[in-house]
Amino acid sequence: MSNETATEKKVIVFQLKDEEFAVSVQQIGSIERIQTITRVPNTADFVKGVINLRGVVTPIIDLRSRLGIEATDFNESTRIIIVNLDEIDVGLIVDAANDVIDIPIDSIEPAPEVIGAVNDDYIEGVAKLENRLLILLDLKKVLTNEEITDLKYVEGQ
Amino acid sequence: MDTAQYLDVFIDESNEHIEVLYKKILDLEKDPNDKSIIEEIFRAAHTLKGMSATMGYNDLATLTHTLENVFDAIRYDRVHVQSNMIDLLVETVDHLNTMVEDIAGGGNGSHDIQEVARKLEMFEKGTANIKEEHVEDSLEAESSNHSNVFTDLDEFELSILNESKERGFQNFEITVELREDCLLKGARVFMVFEVLEKLGEVIKSSPSVNDLEEENFDYTFSVILVSNQPKDEIAKKIQKVSEIDSVTVQHFSVKKYRESREIEDQIQTMQKDNATVSNNIEDKSKEPDSAKSNQNKTIRVNIEKLDVLMNLFEELIIDRGSLEQISADLQNSDLMETVERMARVSSDLQNIILTMRMVPIDTVFSRFPRMVRKLARDLDKQVDIEIIGADTELDRTVIDEIGDPIVHLLRNAIDHGVETPEERLQKGKPEKGTIKLKAYHSGNHVFIEIADDGAGINKEKVLNKALNNGLLTEQDIEALSEQQIYQLIMESGFSTADKISDISGRGVGLDVVKNTIESLGGSISIDSILGKGSVFSIQLPLTLTIISALLVELNKEKFAIPLSSIIETAIISKGQILSAHHKKVIDFRGKVVPLVNLKDVFQVPDTATDEEYTSIVIVKKGEKMAALVVDSFIGQQEIVLKSLGSYLSNTFAISGATILGDGQVALIIDSNAIIK
Repeated sequence: MSNETATEKKVIVFQLKDEEFAVSVQQIGSIERIQTITRVPNTADFVKGVINLRGVVTPIIDLRSRLGIEATDFNESTRIIIVNLDEIDVGLIVDAANDVIDIPIDSIEPAPEVIGAVNDDYIEGVAKLENRLLILLDLKKVLTNEEITDLKYVEGQ
Repeated sequence: MDTAQYLDVFIDESNEHIEVLYKKILDLEKDPNDKSIIEEIFRAAHTLKGMSATMGYNDLATLTHTLENVFDAIRYDRVHVQSNMIDLLVETVDHLNTMVEDIAGGGNGSHDIQEVARKLEMFEKGTANIKEEHVEDSLEAESSNHSNVFTDLDEFELSILNESKERGFQNFEITVELREDCLLKGARVFMVFEVLEKLGEVIKSSPSVNDLEEENFDYTFSVILVSNQPKDEIAKKIQKVSEIDSVTVQHFSVKKYRESREIEDQIQTMQKDNATVSNNIEDKSKEPDSAKSNQNKTIRVNIEKLDVLMNLFEELIIDRGSLEQISADLQNSDLMETVERMARVSSDLQNIILTMRMVPIDTVFSRFPRMVRKLARDLDKQVDIEIIGADTELDRTVIDEIGDPIVHLLRNAIDHGVETPEERLQKGKPEKGTIKLKAYHSGNHVFIEIADDGAGINKEKVLNKALNNGLLTEQDIEALSEQQIYQLIMESGFSTADKISDISGRGVGLDVVKNTIESLGGSISIDSILGKGSVFSIQLPLTLTIISALLVELNKEKFAIPLSSIIETAIISKGQILSAHHKKVIDFRGKVVPLVNLKDVFQVPDTATDEEYTSIVIVKKGEKMAALVVDSFIGQQEIVLKSLGSYLSNTFAISGATILGDGQVALIIDSNAIIK
């Protein structure tokens, strides 16, 4: 049994543009429908703002814009995946959340040089399953805080 | 007995009593003749003794007992309070403190108390003798604790001994030792008794009179005598009886007798393993009777529970907001009435919860007089501390954090502020410096001021130092206000003291003070007059989680501005907006205030065309002001401060967020960041 669990990884599969991505379920808090987002000024473009997630103010990142994919309007299938990583709670906007599946560890390969539109910095690996290709995201790198807030001062007297 | 379950209570209460002891001893120094202070010290020592004996901490019990004796002596004017005595008393309480800390840390509270106990006894004794008016010839130091010869006095005998004082008599314990070659012991005893009978009244003897007559004793016997004769007179007269080797006469204190019995009893019951805290409870229940007791009944609640209560209440506040919104939408009069009532009840509830978490700042201040005293002595300075507004209350979380910064500022004031006595005299100031520590409420804030009448801050020195340390350049100096120059001393890597002392002056510290205070949402400002002294004032929010705020709208986006930073709101016409140095300003009550368009600051798309009137919110940061331009005011509301989360921790001009009644998140504007 333990061998089996070690050889497989449970992931959530979601869609961005025409590619399928995956993140480990252990890092996921919940999946939410899109809701009103309060814009937070003076932050990076990909920070969409904050939402009220059952009483907790949670920052929201547009994953498309974070990964450099062109923006699109939100629609019925748009979801917010709430990620909990090292004390950081963040919501990621994705086009759609498709599936929860187990992928065999040995089907994961290191990221090739170029995969579609996404900068390979954020990619942990690629899983090939029958006729699907899942890109495993490195959430830590996605959530690295650099340049999130851009400081600006206004003169007063 | 299993005392573990009482340990927490014991430690808490011991700390309280020690705190009282410290405080009252220092009060005593100021007013040595105030009997009520002595009473209070005595009571605290007495309770502490009882508790520690019950808990089996014998060293603690013994030392408090000794301390109690001293105050008993003071209480009955046998000893007068002297300044060198205060030092010893403080030292004693330090020892007590160490022991209690040891117990709190899991130790058994054992501690070497011989030295200090001996010194205390000397005080109790030494001055007692002088009080006698007769100089004591005997060099032999007698132990102040009566020898434990008499352990079985009954209530009747005790009451006689008690009354003797009122009748102007004194109680003596006399021990007579017969010569070993004494042949007629019974006869000698008889003769001694005859002498004693003339001097006063024999209350009790040990061994008993019968045994003495039948010579059932070795060579020594003791009696308790009530007499109005001086001590050495008694000794002399007894000595006239022949075949007597030595006579010791000492005072016999009923009080002490009772107490030593009490302690012994307590320890005994302890050891018998059947003691209960009932002793302790009895002991305490006695206290309020004797105390003038203006204390209210209190219970102890774990602070965590209060935090949980606060969190739950915050949820409630948010729901209240949404109920208010819903009822406003539905326009159902019953619903509106109910919601209104609920709003009233919940705001009462909020007040109570907030005040429950409030702690008088005295808990922080109370240790300062002692600290100041010690520091001043270490530095050979004379400093008095005057505390005003110790009953000012602050949120628990703020209280926990504010102690260290104030300690730092006090040290700073003593070390750098107050001059040496010689210097002060030269300057024509009183030898003794004064530090005023003042706390007071104002609006939603608490102010704490630390003012000294010392040397003040030398601006030139500060500037030179700042230049040397590269904190600023020559050009910057021109633009600096006095306030800003003083603020420099709180930059990291700054220290103006020529001499580095242990107390302060390592160049770290004041910047830490500033950071701590700012992290609490407060601010600190400095004022100083060279040669006259300096004032450090700290401004702190009353509470950290629920604040009153003004909600404003910027093109459909809602923001909250804390009321604490708002001076007022206004609507101004276009004509009132002036231009200075290419910046828009307004004239606000004779002051030129810069106009800051929040839409620019927060990149809100500006759809509004040139309108005739502009809504502004005047905010302040210390002395500085700014007028924030908004689209419209929504209204004042209690909001629950929430953090944006660690991911967005450093957002410019946003101090957090709150959840409004409709479930939407509104950002809270940090106007301090906007006024720079």
